[in-house]
Amino acid sequence: MCGIVGLFLKDKALEPRLGELLAQMLEVMSDRGPDSAGFAVYGAGRPGFVKISLRAPAGIDAETLAATLRGAAGGEVELTVRDSHIIVEVPAAAEASVRAALAANHPEIAVVGSGERMEIYKEVGLPKAVAERFGLSAMTGSHGIGHTRMATESAVTTNGAHPFSTGQDQCLVHNGSLSNHNDMRRVLAKEGIRFETDNDSEVAAGYLTSRLAKGEPLGDALKSALGDLDGFYTFVVGTESGFGVLRDPIACKPAVMAETEHYVAFGSEYRALAGLPGIETARVFEPEPATVYFWERAA
Amino acid sequence: MTTRIVDLAASSVRELNQALHTDKGHMHWQVLNPAGRHSIAAGLDAPATVEIDGHVGYYCAGMNKHASVIVRGNAGVGLAENMMSGRVHVTGDASQAAGATAHGGLLLVDGNASARCGISMKGVDIVVKGSIGHMSAFMAQAGTLTVLGDAGESLGDSIYEAKLFVRGSVASLGADCVEKDMRDEHKALLFGKLTAAGLAGAVDVGDFRRYGSARTLYHFHVDNVGAY
Repeated sequence: MCGIVGLFLKDKALEPRLGELLAQMLEVMSDRGPDSAGFAVYGAGRPGFVKISLRAPAGIDAETLAATLRGAAGGEVELTVRDSHIIVEVPAAAEASVRAALAANHPEIAVVGSGERMEIYKEVGLPKAVAERFGLSAMTGSHGIGHTRMATESAVTTNGAHPFSTGQDQCLVHNGSLSNHNDMRRVLAKEGIRFETDNDSEVAAGYLTSRLAKGEPLGDALKSALGDLDGFYTFVVGTESGFGVLRDPIACKPAVMAETEHYVAFGSEYRALAGLPGIETARVFEPEPATVYFWERAA
Repeated sequence: MTTRIVDLAASSVRELNQALHTDKGHMHWQVLNPAGRHSIAAGLDAPATVEIDGHVGYYCAGMNKHASVIVRGNAGVGLAENMMSGRVHVTGDASQAAGATAHGGLLLVDGNASARCGISMKGVDIVVKGSIGHMSAFMAQAGTLTVLGDAGESLGDSIYEAKLFVRGSVASLGADCVEKDMRDEHKALLFGKLTAAGLAGAVDVGDFRRYGSARTLYHFHVDNVGAY
């Protein structure tokens, strides 16, 4: 089943409430996905710096880790620990050496994603508990996406939880199941896209990363996905400045959207949107199958 | 006539549906704060009127018998599925599989209905003022589907004896579904359905085209005897 949600704010005045609104949307979708949950938030970023989202086993010594990473980065490294996740902010130029140092010295730590503004958190457990562990309701930002998982194609593990990220500031949540993911994974792996799991949804994320890397805008990349990805899907996608939605041509998986002058919101069911401010007068609609929807923030 | 008001911010859907069964003293109900909850006013079996103020979730007014259900908002998947009789009216849009397998009654959608509207319908009359999505009236067996707007791909795939009237364009017809002549008897039938939906005179029956079964799929054909 799975539940997915997304919120893209047009009105900066709502940005302090992004996490609170997203947390409430995520919790309502618990019935659709009680296995695990995750979310990505596009918050403040520092130009020239990259935030690497890490998942570390319990008991990791943040101070030792910081020292190791400072050595690798050759300078400023800032760590923010939130439960099992650590956000490491490093100069963009040092990202590769920091990742190499992590791989060499801390194989027990997983890199969940990275970007100037994107932070990703995901864990096994009920969505409400996952949101509380990471303090989602206090987070701020311009847009965010979330997922509540009922596993079908791969195991109930944190690695199998969404969102999936394979590119800078890019992530995806998926409701459905892809049937050509093994084939597509091989094709993308040859192009150099790295995959951490056997999960079908990660392949969709990798596919979009590949298209965006070739210079396609998000809308075009989603359009290409219609031809190349086979199976059931409703995707909600985040990039540094954008937010996109795509459903397969058969529209197997549910989707409902709401738009006001203040925000665009996505939910697997309307229930997820029912608590948003001004929803009573929002334009509530079902996105058409095989139709690309995306919104970009004004630069 | 007194109205019984049920606020779903304070009561559960189960309490509401239970009350709709046991409290036969009230023939007029108002449901507040539906907030997209599922199965609201499902399984009604008395000629009561239920007005729901807001958007509803899945299976609203499913299995309806005798009752009149009005949704002031949008409806989720499976609106009025397997309705037997009565009337269901949605002022907004309906999601997928509206009127699925419904045997009777009238389903009126003021907005659009998405994919698989009237799938396997068995006698219901469905009137959609907007457009309908793909695979609508799939395996439709009986009843009428009237669409003032357009129809999506594969309309009436594997259709049996339901009658489909579309005023706008049809993206494509499904297997064994064909356009048929719009004779006077069909115009009269359509006018009756439009009248029941409160649309008499609002649209011209001459603007509609009729679609139905070519009857080549579900009748045994002697040429295929070798296949059995």
